[in-house]
Amino acid sequence: MGKPTGFLEYKRENAKVLAPKVRIADFHEFRLPLSREKQRLQGARCMACGVPFCQSGTMIAGMTSGCPLHNLVPETNDLVYTGNWKQAYLRLCKTHSFPEFTSRVCPALCEAACTCNLDGEPVATKENERAIIETAFAEGWVKPQKPKVRTGKTVAVIGSGPAGLAAAQELNRRGHTVTVYERSDRPGGLLRYGIPNMKLEKSVVDRRIRLMEEEGVEFKVKTDVGKDIKAEELLKIYDRVLLTCGASAPRDIKVPGRDAKGIWFAVDFLGTVTRSLLDSDFAKVPYELARGKNVLVIGGGDTGNDCVGTVIRLGAKSVKQLEMMPEPPVERAEDNPWPQWPRVLKTDYGQEEAIAVFGKDPRVYQTTVTEFIADKKGNICKAKTVRLKRKRDEKTGRMLMVPVEGTEKVIPAELVLIAAGFLGSQKYVTDAFQVAVNERANVDTALDGYATSVPRVFAAGDMRRGQSLVVWAIREGREAARAVDESLMGYTNL
Amino acid sequence: MKEVRKEEQQGLYRREFEHDNCGIGAVVNIKGKKTHETVANALRIVEHLEHRAGKDAEGETGDGVGILLQISHKFFKKACKKEGFEIGGEREYGIAQLFFPQHEIRRAQAKKMFEIILEKEDLKLLGWRTVPVFPEVLGSKARECMPCIMQAFIQKPQDVEAGISFDRKLYIARREFEQSNDNTYVVSMSSRTIVYKGMFLVGQLRTFFADLQNRDYESAIAMVHSRFSTNTNPSWERAHPNRFIVHNGEINTIRGNADKMLAREENMESPYLKGELHKVLPVVNRNGSDSAMLDNTLEFLVMSGMDLPLAVMITIPEPWAYNDTISQEKRDFYQYYATMMEPWDGPASILFSDGDVMGAVLDRNGLRPSRYYITSDGYMILSSEVGVLPVPEENIVLKERLHPGKILLVDTVQGKVIDDDELKEKYAKAQPYGEWLNSNLVRLKDIKIPNVRVEEYTEEQRARLQKAFGYTYEQYRTSIRNMALNGTESIGAMGTDTPLAVLSREHRPLFDYFKQLFAQVTNPPIDAIREEIVTSTSVYAGKDGNLLVQQPENCRVLKILHPILTNTDMLKIKNLKQDGLRSAVVSTLYYKSTRLERAIDRLFVEVDKVFREGANILVLSDRGVDENHMAIPSLLAVSAVHQHLVKTKKSTSLAIIVESGEPREVHHFAALLGYGASAVNPYLAQETIRELIDNHMLDKDYYAAVEDYNHAVLSGIVKIASKMGISTIQSYQGSQIFEAVGISKEVIDKYFTGTVSRVGGITLADIEENVEKLHSEAFDPLGLNTDLTLDSVGAHKMRSQGEEHRYNPRTIHLLQQSAKCGSYEMFKEYTKLVDEENHGSLRGLMDFVYAENPVPLDEVESVEEIVKRFKTGAMSYGSISQEAHETLAIAMNHLHGKSNTGEGGESEERIASSGSENDRCSAIKQVASGRFGVTSRYLVSAKEIQIKMAQGAKPGEGGHLPAKKVYPWVAKTRHSTPGVSLISPPPHHDIYSIEDLAQLIYDLKNANKFADISVKLVSEAGVGTVAAGVAKAGAQTILISGYDGGTGAAPRSSIHNAGLPWELGLSETHQTLLKNGLRSRVRIETDGKLMSGRDVAIAALLGAEEFGFATAPLVTMGCVMMRVCNLDTCPVGVATQNPELRKRFRGKPEYVENFMKFIAEELREYMARLGVRTVDEMVGRSDLLRAAENVDEPHIGKVDLGAILDNPYAGKAQKVTFDPRAVYNFELEKTLDEKILLKKCAQAVSGRTRVELNVEVTNTDRTFGTILGAEITRQIPAGLPEDSIVINCKGAGGQSFGAFIPKGLTLRLTGDSNDYFGKGLSGGKLIVKIPEKAGYKAEENIIVGNVALYGATSGTAFINGVAGERFAVRNSGACAVVEGVGEHGCEYMTGGRVVVLGKTGKNFAAGMSGGIAYVLDAENMLYRNINKAMISIEQVENKYDRQELRNLIEAHVEATGSEIGKKILDNFAYYLPHFKKLIPDEYKRMLTLSAKLEEKGLTGEQAQMEAFYESIGVKH
Repeated sequence: MGKPTGFLEYKRENAKVLAPKVRIADFHEFRLPLSREKQRLQGARCMACGVPFCQSGTMIAGMTSGCPLHNLVPETNDLVYTGNWKQAYLRLCKTHSFPEFTSRVCPALCEAACTCNLDGEPVATKENERAIIETAFAEGWVKPQKPKVRTGKTVAVIGSGPAGLAAAQELNRRGHTVTVYERSDRPGGLLRYGIPNMKLEKSVVDRRIRLMEEEGVEFKVKTDVGKDIKAEELLKIYDRVLLTCGASAPRDIKVPGRDAKGIWFAVDFLGTVTRSLLDSDFAKVPYELARGKNVLVIGGGDTGNDCVGTVIRLGAKSVKQLEMMPEPPVERAEDNPWPQWPRVLKTDYGQEEAIAVFGKDPRVYQTTVTEFIADKKGNICKAKTVRLKRKRDEKTGRMLMVPVEGTEKVIPAELVLIAAGFLGSQKYVTDAFQVAVNERANVDTALDGYATSVPRVFAAGDMRRGQSLVVWAIREGREAARAVDESLMGYTNL
Repeated sequence: MKEVRKEEQQGLYRREFEHDNCGIGAVVNIKGKKTHETVANALRIVEHLEHRAGKDAEGETGDGVGILLQISHKFFKKACKKEGFEIGGEREYGIAQLFFPQHEIRRAQAKKMFEIILEKEDLKLLGWRTVPVFPEVLGSKARECMPCIMQAFIQKPQDVEAGISFDRKLYIARREFEQSNDNTYVVSMSSRTIVYKGMFLVGQLRTFFADLQNRDYESAIAMVHSRFSTNTNPSWERAHPNRFIVHNGEINTIRGNADKMLAREENMESPYLKGELHKVLPVVNRNGSDSAMLDNTLEFLVMSGMDLPLAVMITIPEPWAYNDTISQEKRDFYQYYATMMEPWDGPASILFSDGDVMGAVLDRNGLRPSRYYITSDGYMILSSEVGVLPVPEENIVLKERLHPGKILLVDTVQGKVIDDDELKEKYAKAQPYGEWLNSNLVRLKDIKIPNVRVEEYTEEQRARLQKAFGYTYEQYRTSIRNMALNGTESIGAMGTDTPLAVLSREHRPLFDYFKQLFAQVTNPPIDAIREEIVTSTSVYAGKDGNLLVQQPENCRVLKILHPILTNTDMLKIKNLKQDGLRSAVVSTLYYKSTRLERAIDRLFVEVDKVFREGANILVLSDRGVDENHMAIPSLLAVSAVHQHLVKTKKSTSLAIIVESGEPREVHHFAALLGYGASAVNPYLAQETIRELIDNHMLDKDYYAAVEDYNHAVLSGIVKIASKMGISTIQSYQGSQIFEAVGISKEVIDKYFTGTVSRVGGITLADIEENVEKLHSEAFDPLGLNTDLTLDSVGAHKMRSQGEEHRYNPRTIHLLQQSAKCGSYEMFKEYTKLVDEENHGSLRGLMDFVYAENPVPLDEVESVEEIVKRFKTGAMSYGSISQEAHETLAIAMNHLHGKSNTGEGGESEERIASSGSENDRCSAIKQVASGRFGVTSRYLVSAKEIQIKMAQGAKPGEGGHLPAKKVYPWVAKTRHSTPGVSLISPPPHHDIYSIEDLAQLIYDLKNANKFADISVKLVSEAGVGTVAAGVAKAGAQTILISGYDGGTGAAPRSSIHNAGLPWELGLSETHQTLLKNGLRSRVRIETDGKLMSGRDVAIAALLGAEEFGFATAPLVTMGCVMMRVCNLDTCPVGVATQNPELRKRFRGKPEYVENFMKFIAEELREYMARLGVRTVDEMVGRSDLLRAAENVDEPHIGKVDLGAILDNPYAGKAQKVTFDPRAVYNFELEKTLDEKILLKKCAQAVSGRTRVELNVEVTNTDRTFGTILGAEITRQIPAGLPEDSIVINCKGAGGQSFGAFIPKGLTLRLTGDSNDYFGKGLSGGKLIVKIPEKAGYKAEENIIVGNVALYGATSGTAFINGVAGERFAVRNSGACAVVEGVGEHGCEYMTGGRVVVLGKTGKNFAAGMSGGIAYVLDAENMLYRNINKAMISIEQVENKYDRQELRNLIEAHVEATGSEIGKKILDNFAYYLPHFKKLIPDEYKRMLTLSAKLEEKGLTGEQAQMEAFYESIGVKH
């Protein structure tokens, strides 16, 4: 499979990207994919491992290593290499519901675990995936797969994020009648409003939703289950209910002055921007949200980076991104070997853009906010920060970050975006269905199962698992579909 | 005798596993003159074959010795008179030699029965005679079960002719008696011959039987046999001779032969046994040995009117299909009989006699030695060895050997010797066979394709069928595609680590439960590629003819050249409209709701119906699987029907052809053929090829692709058969050479009768459930959508959604990290994962029985002590990198464990580093079939010498190191040429049988008397009995490898389907050694994916004392189970020679050491809990193991570990571990080397003086000169100056004369020598010449035996006469001149020079990849005998070549005084054009390349390097 010596002969090559200063002019994707010919050689670099770590999706040293979907990476890479795009597409879709999403937003666990990464650069699996799925769309191979036979069973999927969509697609194709409920105005959940458009073009989401609709999935938007429609009603109408509402309760920064105006949760902010763009067909850019402001982003993760990229596009005056943890090393530390997830410094697109625009990295490590300071109108204008240091908690033995006395600083901030993660599922939904939740506010299910404490109600995705990656959500959605199918039919061939 | 059998079915041992090999001999007076001399000389022969006879641990009971003689009228007349009765004239009476019970009443009953039967058959008993014997000479075991030996004298009725007619009457009576009485044994019963035999040491035959000592006992024919059995079970009747034959060798296809013989009873009718046939049946006695069954068959054919030589010819035919040196008549004759009788295949040197003629035949491969002399006084003396009987040289008129496939006959009535040609021409011309074939035999390829379309499927239908038959993506993308693309099977690496089929959660096809058996020790695997000449793939379908009557319609059958059928072949067969050939299709489909058992019963009814309607070709078809039709698994259907046909005696009247969607991999087809199918049409596999083409995954013409796929399958089957030593598909078919693992007794007994299955397992209901599950994935019961894409199961290369692999991302990571960081806690995390029970091994189903009072941990044997028992696996330098290889050696030397060289030799520098700080010298030196770099120095440097009989990943197969992997540094340690491919033959060419192995063990012990000799075997059914034989042969360590081990490259079908788990093999070995009282003689070692302390603890409890690790240490050094070892692209620098990749190697000795220590530490923890303090205490304590409960494994309750855990021989008062006092005594002090040579050469050995001495030698002086040679190497590693020590010998050299002798030692032998002359020659000089007064011409007579100069690495040999088969096989550097060679000369040679001044046998230079041979081809016939696959034939034109040739011949003449040599030198210009130069193409290319580069100014080494890179097309 593949080309045995490919990894020695060819270098890794990524898609070209538009220069930061060019791409910040709009909110569109900025990657310029390789030609199919060149992409083929990227497939040739795959070593067709006897133990493909890339697709293992297993926990190593507490972190996921390899693809949780168990994508058949060596097989698709091989088919990319041989230019067999259609077969590659079929192989990819065997395990994957939405390659077009992950090939844009996934941190590529497959590549981190790639054996080529042990001594050299990993195979460009993520871009291979994108090439496969985009080729498939371009060639018209992606067609709605309507079930030939309907089972007569009905399923409600609550929440149209990646987990909900994946489950809905599976269940519908199997022959069940599926309705997806979405509280927002457009389906897609996090894919729609949690990820900015330049990272995941919303037409890509629409394209998939349209396909699913053609396959027979019904989407009910602007319907907030637990508020607009009662749980009991749903259970009356549908044979099964699957909860995929995400872990959408954001973690707050509870410090003095938090009630100042101009402090947003990142998802709300990003969603507002995207909605404005979509509503106006990209005609209206909501510059007013950030133009000319000193922006403080709290949280060093992917969402924080998305915020940086977004406010730069909105014309922010400056941007700072606070991260509590210390700056990671540039190369893998001794105790963080392959195939563990590399805890190394990664400069994402937003940070690149900040460097290009402001001349310096926006990230400030080992720092947090101790107080928000509002002006007279109640608008945020400054934030007080403090340096942190590591300290071992004597009782639990865990590492804590504690303030360093005398390092307090006050910095200007007219816009604060809190991207400090999520706490778990939202209470009103779990309450509505009276499903049991665990101490982290995730829905409690059997260890390897998706059934909740309430009969006929299932849960999957971040709502069950806690905040995680899109790829995990898709896996959960697919597995939950299998569980739902089995509970409906007594057997499953999913 | 019955009671014994019952006991033998306990535990893992089975009586049918027993094997025996032997030494044979015969003395015949050609003119038929009876003398006592003949008897006495034959006894003397057997007494000189002691080293070919086995004995028990105490050395006092032999395995069996016997003699067949003509009835001596002179003797018996007197003897009977003494008993008080007259016997009449010569041949007027017959004698039954009988083994009767010692128990008086039972004996009386038997005698009475015998008398009654005689009476009923109108035969008159003249009287009884108790045979006078001397039991006191016997060993205790033999005496305990000694029968009462009696002779009955039977008068010839008046109306019956003397000779065969009378013998026929006696035969009928005997068969009746045998079936009416089961505690007696009829040794012989004939008017012409008599057999004396028993459980003797070779000398005891004479001393036990007074008759044989009597000077009155005279005979013109005497055949003797000494048996070397794998075990020491008491058995008098298993000694040879049988009634007609003595046999040295083994019939590998015996199951199929016996089945077919029994079925043939229905088709055979002879006027000679008219009305009496029913008394004789069954023709073969299933409880007998292979030799006994062959004897039964020959006897039956002879009694039915066939000439004995003809019967022998058709059961052991010479290879005729690809042989263009035989006449058309002969070919027709063989073809005619091939339609009715399959070859009885296997190594065989058979001597046969009916009292009038005495003959000998050798199997088609020439695998047993048989030498003979004809003397001027009219004797023929034949034996396994020369020198067994001293004959004055001047009396010898001919020294010859039996040739492969040839018969030699002495007719004592006519008084002449009849050679093969004369004999075969006579039979070939007896009938117009050619004409008969022409009008009757139908060849499939000649039938016109009927005007019918082949059924085709839509994409969706195809996908559903693939799902229903359980196809996987790996099979689709890798197996099927690669076969269709390349015409060969896929290669894999790193063994297997997936569950046994029975313990798998995947839906594994039934094929996966069957493991291929293979030959080891007691018979050799063969090389079907290099020795294709002996193979045949033809099968015959139709009703077998009547073997006993020669008639044209006998050959009215369908000949299928290629048993993997295309769809058009299938059309032809289904539409067959020929006289006497009718096919009928029976469907193997059944309705979804039907029970499988009923479906099979219905199948039987259908089969019987078509049979009644006259069909003789049965097509079992599963075409038509759909929503409600499921298919009986094809293997189940075939085997069930085959067994049904065998039971109802229809199997030779109705051939089974399978049309199935299920088979797709080589192993599947092999299983189908092995269980009775004659041919297979894999329609879905072929459809799948179409799909691959349609999907652009295979860019090839469909018909070409199918042809290549079929070819790959067929050559794969031929390879599987050849692993068992079987060379024809016709004999493989129905031979059931498999062991089942995980199938219940009921299913086996009913549908796979006779197959060994020792741990129980799945029932018919489970099989049914599996079929249904797969079917519902293809056809959803509600018609809902299902995923029709093929699943990725990851049977070989892992897939996370598929089969469990014990080496997976988590375990690999934890193992690497723990070894690197030295963290035992992390190691415990690792073992917790690898010991999880769902890895599907037998040991996973076991639990410990912990002691109530554990031992404190600090009282348990220390880690430092335990690791001394650890070894790393045999991985050659060449398969893994220098860095990896040395890291292992350093680590193991630190720990005082042992590392293993593998089969690739070891560099001088590393050997020299022994004992230094940086000791990289491997303690274990492996000797494998390729003998790469096996020099005197290599052997002398060993602490342990390991003979690799088989390797876990590919037992029974050889190896092929492709040219591009033979880097210059690899070539150097292997004594070969860079860039030239290297072939290791499947067998050791000096081990075709157990006594051969004993000889090699003896050789190696001579080559280094301080080293232990170890023998590596692979677990399979019967490995225990083989191990017992190996222990008897003198090994000190026996390694039982599991099937799952193996780090190198091997065909995937072998990795996954050959061999068994070590749990079975190890327990069987431990039990069988105990049973035979041999356990304390040897250490048992085991390996095969030993990954944790738990694995090791279980291995110890099952009987292992030492433990081998290969994969795990590689992983600690960085291996990530890439499984690309065969591609030279290992990304971590472990299994590669590529300098770029080697730079990536990150392993350190500490990592390996940490791993070993951790394993030991964990083992200690188990020991403490088990309540034992030392490893020795726990060895064999299977009572501390029990079947685990509450384990989450599929089919767990059905797997029965009883046979493994309940050791029937435990607890008896004998030592269960190795005891140094019980070690085999080689008696080296009795060798001439120790007695004379070392003493007289003491000064010369250290290089201080030169010495020359004279000694007399005989055939029992085996391995002469080797101890002296080893001493030279020990003192002066580089050897002495030429001719520093010259030993002049006279007489017959024993086997392995001059083995491994180093530079400076010259052995000059006047006389002749036996097999393995100059084995492993390491720089010494060997000369053998005929005595001055010889009465024959040197160049026409055999002077050295088979396999001379095998594995020679340097030195010279001058041979003044003809050598036997396989001369200079695997020579890599020696120069030899010889005056003629047998078949397969210079096979696999990689270096050196061979000059042949005479004829060569067939298949010369097969697989030869280096060196040069100059052959005198006076009659321009050489081209016919050359295997041209790798070499070119040239004239000797180049002046260097001319000079070299001349120099060698001059040296030869000088050394031997060769007449022919002188003649050539005298007329050199005349002879030169008649010489042919044979040079391998690759070798020549490399020589030319480096020569060119040297001209450019590069040094020799640089030039080699550059040439290598240029040849593999790499710029560097």
